Amino acid sequence: MAAAGLEISPELRTGTARETAEPVIRVRGLRTQFDDVVIHDNLDLDLMRGEILGVVGGSGTGKSVLMRAIIGLKRPSAGSVKVFGREFYALNEAGRLEIETRWGVLFQGGALFSSLTVAQNVMAPIREHLNMPEALARDVAAMKISMSGLPPEAGDKYPSELSGGMRKRAGLARALALDPDIVFLDEPTAGLDPIGAAAFDELIVNLKTSLGLTVFMITHDLDTLYAASDRVAVLAEKRVIEVGPLDEVTQSDHPWIRSYFTGPRGRAAHHTAVR
Amino acid sequence: MSAAFRIDLDGDTLRLNAEGDWRARFLSAIDHEVRLFEEDSVGRELVIDLSAVTRLDTAGALVLQRVMSACASRTEISRFVGGSDAHQALLERVAPHLAPCPVEPQRGDPFIQMLDRLGRGAADAYFTALKILNFVGLVLVTGGRVLADPKRLRMTSIVRHMEDAGLDAVPIVATMCFLVGAVVAYMGAKSLAMFGAEIFVVELVSLAVLREFGVLLAAILLAGRSGSAFTAQIGSMKIREEVDALRVLGLDPIEILVLPRTIALVLVLPVLAFIGAMTGLLGGILVSWVALDISPALFLARMKETVVMSNFWAGIIKAPFFAFIISVVGCFQGMAVRGSAESLGQRTTLSVVQSLFLVILIDSFFAMFYLEIDF
Repeated sequence: MAAAGLEISPELRTGTARETAEPVIRVRGLRTQFDDVVIHDNLDLDLMRGEILGVVGGSGTGKSVLMRAIIGLKRPSAGSVKVFGREFYALNEAGRLEIETRWGVLFQGGALFSSLTVAQNVMAPIREHLNMPEALARDVAAMKISMSGLPPEAGDKYPSELSGGMRKRAGLARALALDPDIVFLDEPTAGLDPIGAAAFDELIVNLKTSLGLTVFMITHDLDTLYAASDRVAVLAEKRVIEVGPLDEVTQSDHPWIRSYFTGPRGRAAHHTAVR
Repeated sequence: MSAAFRIDLDGDTLRLNAEGDWRARFLSAIDHEVRLFEEDSVGRELVIDLSAVTRLDTAGALVLQRVMSACASRTEISRFVGGSDAHQALLERVAPHLAPCPVEPQRGDPFIQMLDRLGRGAADAYFTALKILNFVGLVLVTGGRVLADPKRLRMTSIVRHMEDAGLDAVPIVATMCFLVGAVVAYMGAKSLAMFGAEIFVVELVSLAVLREFGVLLAAILLAGRSGSAFTAQIGSMKIREEVDALRVLGLDPIEILVLPRTIALVLVLPVLAFIGAMTGLLGGILVSWVALDISPALFLARMKETVVMSNFWAGIIKAPFFAFIISVVGCFQGMAVRGSAESLGQRTTLSVVQSLFLVILIDSFFAMFYLEIDF
């Protein structure tokens, strides 16, 4: 395998998700734009192996666009995106596919295929990428569904029959279908009630430690940030203005960061987290 | 190296030695054998040795746990040995998630299902007819109220829809009718030539185009272009709760959304039908000239002689009725959109199908009616 040195060894993948200095995704000098409107300019960001990186920023600062630029849905107009040490946008079809099977994405609304049941949704990537016998694929799908905290009865439901929280869990089960190394979560707790959101935070941390996942998580939710993230990256002024552990970032003088973390909601979330 | 396993017998205890890379992509080759082994050894004591496993992921751990839970009798002896801490942790992690789950919804007897769909279809057709009738009434009543107080007419909206549905449709209506007029003349020319009665192509083309094709083709195009657009416009407003917002603001969606569209269509379709009839005649005249040597002057002279004006009116009179039904069905289906984008797609299809069906139905009623009154 070309990226043998970067293959995640089973020892590291399971149980002992230590943070190492090695970035699995390295973004340098990224510039994205829609026609003349520049969203990011000269943006740098590293995603370290085994961490949960929370990405925050005001509305319209391009958090989702950044995610789309990394996963290949929005071609940057300049800069480099290195995934597992390889320049993603310079890869050919086969190289891209290899990387694409090593990450999973949970879109905001779940993005489940509406004509398939939950179990069929989870089986879709397994069927496409692994030449797996039907019976085994069913077993694996059932396991992922159960791991995402859904009851087995959810398997034969269609997405339209699920609540928002269940839809996100089903989306997560599909994102985990191929045992990815990296998981991208776009606002995983948006639209969930506080109890469901807290349960989802716990699920993410739990999966990260037990499966050794690296998580890139866009969020607005301060509680999620306190409960789940190892590091936080703040997007403003078209770049990442601050990145680091949460307690360091909260000390920043930047006006947006100050008002974000020391506003009434920020303080409340902080108190809850400390307690 | 891909996944493999060996079975040894150690006294009464089975020993499964797993080897190699037990990740999802390598499991396909051995899953069948593993299942056979599971069936053969139900209730036996089993030790699974992982010491030769290089890699393991959740799928591999799942298979190993499945073997263990299928065959092992629950004693101290049955266990996993030789795995690294990480492998053990992964095995424990998947252990609670072995329960299978249903993949497709349960479906009953296909025959019963067919009957079920048939019954639902029939009931649906009946109730849809009632609902459309109800909607027709609603639009008429609202229309009457607004016409009694004409300053409530939304002129801007009406004119805009007249442009969208009328003016913008002129090129396509003209082209289609021209072609159909030409085709009718060609077909007529061939059959009539057998009797040496080529000159009757004049009656054939003018009757067909004036009474039916002009207005019908314009209506079909309007249903495809504008009826479906109405459904999509109103349907997406419905999805974004804009229609609810109108109601809450004390505004009547029928008056604001449906009426201007309906009035616009009722005004433009007769004009489109007229344009269609004229270009259809033009097509017929050209073909008669080129293929049958009937000069345009002769064509027109004969037309004036034999084709009475009532044929023209018989076509144009139908236009407002067609326009009304196309607009009402389009808006009705738009208002019936619920929730998802999928529903919007279904409704748009339904809108076109139903308005075409109704247009043809009304057209045949008109044909019978004209026959009775000898028009």
